[in-house]
Amino acid sequence: MSLTVGTQGGGAPDAAAPGSVPLPGDQPPLVRIRNLHFSRGEREIFSGLDIDIPRGGITAIMGPSGTGKTTLLKLIGGQLRPDRGTVEVDGLNVHALSRQELYRLRMRMGMLFQSGALLTDLSVFENVAFPLREHTALPEPLLRKLVLLKLEAVGLRGARDLMPSELSGGMARRVALARAIALDPMMIMYDEPFTGQDPISLGVLVKLIRQLNDAARLTSILVSHDVEETNAIADLVYVISNGKVVESGAPAKLAASGSEWTRQFMQGLPDGPVPFHYPAQPLEQDLFGEKS
Amino acid sequence: MTELLARLGQSGIIFLRHLGRATTLLLHILSSVGEVLRRPRLLLEQLFSVGVLTILIIGVSGLFVGMVLSLQGYYILSQFAAEATLGVMVAASLVRELGPVVTALLFAGRAGSALTAEIGLMKATEQLSGLEMMAVDPVRRVLTPRFVAGLISMPLLAALFSALGVAGGWFVGVGLLGVDDGAWWGQMQARIDWNEDLLNGVIKSLVFGFACVWIAVFQGYNCLPTSAGVSRATTRTVVHSSLAVLALDFALTALMFN
Repeated sequence: MSLTVGTQGGGAPDAAAPGSVPLPGDQPPLVRIRNLHFSRGEREIFSGLDIDIPRGGITAIMGPSGTGKTTLLKLIGGQLRPDRGTVEVDGLNVHALSRQELYRLRMRMGMLFQSGALLTDLSVFENVAFPLREHTALPEPLLRKLVLLKLEAVGLRGARDLMPSELSGGMARRVALARAIALDPMMIMYDEPFTGQDPISLGVLVKLIRQLNDAARLTSILVSHDVEETNAIADLVYVISNGKVVESGAPAKLAASGSEWTRQFMQGLPDGPVPFHYPAQPLEQDLFGEKS
Repeated sequence: MTELLARLGQSGIIFLRHLGRATTLLLHILSSVGEVLRRPRLLLEQLFSVGVLTILIIGVSGLFVGMVLSLQGYYILSQFAAEATLGVMVAASLVRELGPVVTALLFAGRAGSALTAEIGLMKATEQLSGLEMMAVDPVRRVLTPRFVAGLISMPLLAALFSALGVAGGWFVGVGLLGVDDGAWWGQMQARIDWNEDLLNGVIKSLVFGFACVWIAVFQGYNCLPTSAGVSRATTRTVVHSSLAVLALDFALTALMFN
């Protein structure tokens, strides 16, 4: 698929915001976030965030650690409630839904947690079977076939009898991915899927995310700060910092961005608008002056 | 002085906030009890984990408590030539007080702390969040089966404690100290009342079980999702449960035996 994307600062690329993303078949975005405000205590995480996630593609949300990327996924999934603003998924205002309606919506969402979040007292097979057992009344032989197919898709059919404690980090994430697609969701949210992976696991995950997205016609939201891997598979990238969208667009366009901040982030430069040093008094004063 | 008042006020607000959260959680748990009963496998797994795995410590403790009671009771009663009533003393002490109270304290230490640690770790490793995102209510799926299992287990464990305590007391009193076997059982049968002693003991163990398991699941569900947070929650479960059991015991004893 190809998405041509406009670039702008501080907003979602839609008809209402500056810049626009021509969406496939002019469909409305699957996720529409408007004027999102969210704080934790005194600390403001989002201050008027606008984001559109188009259907059918992989949209990456990138930014330095602590900018609220995981928080954003929890807001989209309805696990957190914003102070202000709206989050719409498939036309539904997530935070205006009743508990039952929210659970019905979540059955159409999958989420891959950073830790995998596998149930540690269940085997690999039972973990993948879990959502099917909870939400369907499939006969056991059919359920078994479905689970094995999901595990085959992530290359772990042979590991069905292992317990989560016997899996490597990469394998655990692949099992979690198989579980996330068990109910054939319309979208999957990936929370830092590449963190702490060896090169082989990393390559497998990158390939799997792209393949699953295209084969199952999913919409994927990928939260990450691994620039290279994310750029390799994302159709659209939002870079966020200080509670707002700094820039958005196709990976190639962001790589050639004129913004110093974006360039520092995308190229991993140690110094720039985000300084290497945490704010402090001059070194000389710290070493030879009075104690502060 | 003003600062002291402010601190007291703040502590009061925090306590009320926790109480409100705990009550909301309890209502949520109670509203999903029916669904758990319809899925007995979930309940059976937890009955094993919460109840069966606690049997050993309860059984051994009951046996030794009964033996000590018998020794101490014989020493005092024999001074008044009343050692024939030793069986009544041992049984009444166990079914009225020691059975429910000591069982609840041991239950809080063994099963309560394990419940808190398990739920807290599930929270820290995002398993509870994972359930939510799979459209599965973690309270219904994880907390309620554990709550119901604890509630069912406590009176059974207390009964076991008392039964083994009587057996231990019999072994020391009749077997080692020479109290008449017929007097031991006969006096016990005549003096231990079904309502006054046994039923009140069962009510106490139910109330203690309710308090212990409520505290345990709340502390686990409400803990900070870090290793230090889980550790603190586990400690709080044991301390709060023990204090609650002792305070409730006083209140219930005052009500029941006037």
